[in-house]
Amino acid sequence: MKVSYFPGCTLKNKAKDLDLYSYKSASALGVTLEEIENWQCCGGVFTSADDEVATKLSSVRALKYAFERNEPLVTVCSACHNVIKQTNYAMQTNKTFADKVNRYMAEDSYNGEAEVYHYLEMLRDLVGFDTLKEKVVNSLKGKKIAAYYGCLLLRPNKVMRMDDPENPTIMEDFIRALGADAVVYAKRNECCGGYISVESPDSARRNSNAVVKNAKAAGAEMIITACPLCKYNLEKNGADIPVVYFTELLAEALGVKEDTNA
Amino acid sequence: MHNNRYLRDEIIRISGVNTAKCMKCGKCSATCPAYDEMEYHPHQFVNMVESGDITPLLNSDSLYKCLSCFACIDRCPRGVEPAKVVEAVRLFAVRKQGANRMTANDVPAIVDEDTPQQLLVSAFRKYTK
Amino acid sequence: MQRVGVFVCWCGSNIAGTVDVQAVAEALKSEPGVVFSTDYQYMCSQAGQDMIKTAVKEHNLTGIVVCSCSPRMHEATFRKTAAAAGLNPYMVEIANIREQCSWVHKDMATGTEKAIILGKAAVAKVNLNAPLTPGESPVTKRALVIGGGIAGIQTALDIADAGFEVDIVEKNPTIGGKMAQLDKTFPTLDCAACILTPKMVDVAQNEKIRIFSYSEVTDVKGFVGNFDVTIKKNARYVKEEICTGCGACLEKCPMKKIPNEFNLGMDNRTAIYIPFAQAVPKVATIDPTACTMLKKGKCGICSKVCTAGAIDYTQKDEYIEEKYGAIVVATGFNPISMDKFDEFAYSQSKDVITSLEFERLTNAAGPSAGKLLRPSDGKHPHTIVFVQCVGSRCEACAEKGKEYCSKICCMYTAKHAMLTRDKYPDTEVYVFYIDVRTPGKNFDEFYRRAVEEFGVKYIKGMVGKVTPEGDKLKVQASDLIANKQLHIDADLVVLAAAIEPDKSARPLATMLTASMDTNDFFTEAHPKLRPVESPTAGVFLSGACQGPKDIPETVSQAGAAASKVIGLLAKDKLTGNPCVASSDELMCNGCSSCANVCPYGAITYAEKEFRMPDRTTKVRRVAEVNPAVCQGCGACTVACPSGAMDLKGFANLQIMAEVDAICK
Repeated sequence: MKVSYFPGCTLKNKAKDLDLYSYKSASALGVTLEEIENWQCCGGVFTSADDEVATKLSSVRALKYAFERNEPLVTVCSACHNVIKQTNYAMQTNKTFADKVNRYMAEDSYNGEAEVYHYLEMLRDLVGFDTLKEKVVNSLKGKKIAAYYGCLLLRPNKVMRMDDPENPTIMEDFIRALGADAVVYAKRNECCGGYISVESPDSARRNSNAVVKNAKAAGAEMIITACPLCKYNLEKNGADIPVVYFTELLAEALGVKEDTNA
Repeated sequence: MHNNRYLRDEIIRISGVNTAKCMKCGKCSATCPAYDEMEYHPHQFVNMVESGDITPLLNSDSLYKCLSCFACIDRCPRGVEPAKVVEAVRLFAVRKQGANRMTANDVPAIVDEDTPQQLLVSAFRKYTK
Repeated sequence: MQRVGVFVCWCGSNIAGTVDVQAVAEALKSEPGVVFSTDYQYMCSQAGQDMIKTAVKEHNLTGIVVCSCSPRMHEATFRKTAAAAGLNPYMVEIANIREQCSWVHKDMATGTEKAIILGKAAVAKVNLNAPLTPGESPVTKRALVIGGGIAGIQTALDIADAGFEVDIVEKNPTIGGKMAQLDKTFPTLDCAACILTPKMVDVAQNEKIRIFSYSEVTDVKGFVGNFDVTIKKNARYVKEEICTGCGACLEKCPMKKIPNEFNLGMDNRTAIYIPFAQAVPKVATIDPTACTMLKKGKCGICSKVCTAGAIDYTQKDEYIEEKYGAIVVATGFNPISMDKFDEFAYSQSKDVITSLEFERLTNAAGPSAGKLLRPSDGKHPHTIVFVQCVGSRCEACAEKGKEYCSKICCMYTAKHAMLTRDKYPDTEVYVFYIDVRTPGKNFDEFYRRAVEEFGVKYIKGMVGKVTPEGDKLKVQASDLIANKQLHIDADLVVLAAAIEPDKSARPLATMLTASMDTNDFFTEAHPKLRPVESPTAGVFLSGACQGPKDIPETVSQAGAAASKVIGLLAKDKLTGNPCVASSDELMCNGCSSCANVCPYGAITYAEKEFRMPDRTTKVRRVAEVNPAVCQGCGACTVACPSGAMDLKGFANLQIMAEVDAICK
């Protein structure tokens, strides 16, 4: 299976691990990630205003690319996934917006036809967690791992449609597929503070600490995430258990992890 | 000031939100992780926009405290989408000339060696036009 | 040609505000057959009706057109007026120029134009009307009540009290419904069991009432006065008439870990069980999904310990057919699932419970014998947070909540909060509310007592997130009056879950051809004036199946439904609707198209002998309509390929005349 892959800015720089392990794991699972040519940064956050057009064009170009190749668009960074899925939804549901966007596009118009998958959704819906389970070489049995969804993976649910936004299971099912114990805790879908660490570092610290504290109280020995900013905020604000990208864990379980200096 | 029709219509147009749907339950403010940072809270944003009392919002730092985590959007029982209202007021503020909250000169003080690009990109998108 | 009189109603300003009524009366004067035309302020008033009667006499009218409100409103009124004036009541046609015209148009010119067109159509139709005479049908003097909660119980008792037989069909092994699970009842705080169980015993002992427990209605045929109902008695593997309810089998049953529905899964029961001590009928039931004897053929202990010999592992479901004159729906409600509201952590912590679970926790017969203890560790909770409107008034989340107000939560939460403070004064009790809604006799006083005498902390705001951590529930909430976000470390969180109609209601409504709203509540015939009758004749509504209701209101409605049933059963014969289908047997080719589409089973076939032009005879198969069963829906007239089937009062010719008049 071949998919159009949108890595995003951070995965080419500070989050090279997330990118590298995505490739290696996908290939171990029989999925080829074809990097979208000349992709541009998604912008990090989706601007919900209906009259914002220019900031969403990079996402539309990536979507159109995948659609024209008849491939699902797969992203691994929570932020890219959120922005691209929200943009695609706006293209499907807001005709005025789509018309404005299409005036910027060179050739045929695009109306939200592409299918957007987060890497986790790809594992669940295209690969299948049962298949994943079979391919695990190094079972992570006995590890108590907490999934940290943050806000971007699940919300707004009307658009993301990834899982139950208040009681998600996709990452827990992923953890279990790798043989580990999933630790369920209430703060797993609460915000780490996101970009607010620029404006109010204290606010980000309070939010991040509350997440780690809650995960640890529930017995977690490790937290996994799909978002470079979540990882940064949790670590910078003193997480005293490892915070790792879910793809790193995946690569380890699939036996394709190797030392990198990313 | 209490009934600034133009501002109100602009905010409602930009946000696409029908503030009249609010039943004043306060769940948005109950769920907001940035509540204590804010002078005006999510339910007040909705209520003040609905009543046209928008100038205080435009002049408040509360605009820059919203995390865009969308918890208020998903948990609102009436589908009001308060985060979109906050976003619209913020855009109205930063779209003015010279109103950018952040410039490139601020970056060196923000970054450390682990700072992900995502942080800077997101902050610029939220705090500048 | 008829001699038609036209009467245009103003309906005060309801019609006259948007329709030039005089212009309508004037324009219709020149329609074929019209010999008299006038307008009046309130045609339905006594003076208006007298005006019609006088005109019938003075102008020898043979047909009447009233341009007024919907025929649903006053058709019957004007038919009576016509009859009083010596006309056949079916010589009246109503042109609806209110709901379908003045109320939907803003502009006088368009409104008037449309009113004239509607009037012309009615005149064209009445010109082709023929006098009709309704038939009569007998009444089976027995009622069926579906659902054995307090609504069904009260309705059955009241009907039986008037001397008619009543059957109650209840899907659970016992009657009693939700009320049997409650602890105290607001606003007087009587113990629910103390006031309910005597009524349950009355039902059991009343010789006019039969209880079909553990049973369901699977089919309904027929019509008002003459329903044929199939009742499925599920096999309970215990002979009901022999079992004494001694409970010996319950003690010995080895399958002891079955979640107990009556206590909402907060403790366990055995595979053979009696839901609670005061169950009616007090007989055991074997849960076939839990019993090893039924699943694997091994065990049989209950049979060995039963001295009465009541256990019967071979029992089969039984179908019973009964006739009824009236059917009362009393299927009740359930709290909605909290699965989709996990911001309150219902799935994550045993100490986040629903209000109905709280009832069981404080009930002496509940899992903690009436002591308020946390389900997780059995400790006494010192801080309790009640959250109102969980899933109610939830317009944005149709996939998880309900748009309506569930009505009973404000009062039961006040009750829970008050009783907790009364019994455990060292407990802090918070109630988060959006609005406190307490209309009802002594209701607001009750809520104020909770605040003023018992010190319950009512906070205007909502809970946004509950985070279980350690042995605490960290509650994050808003206090809109203080303009603060609150963080409370609670020991117990109680969710006032929205209520919804029982799941059995939707298929039942289909069987009864009774209408429902989008929330699956049964629709009443008129929201104000006929609140306990369904629009389907002979079907009545009792209790929460029609909308959220507390006990006082349910009991009132149950009595009202009973009185309507009694009024029906007291009649020996019912006058039918003459607007029924009839088949022209000369044109019918016996193809069965009509019988295939008839939803009421009103069409049968007969072999009939016909004289042919050459004086021979031929036997042909032709359709016959049973006018007592036909509801006049008209489906057959559309399905008939040869045009043999027609509807009296709505004949194809009449409909076409209306269309022609509109298109002219």
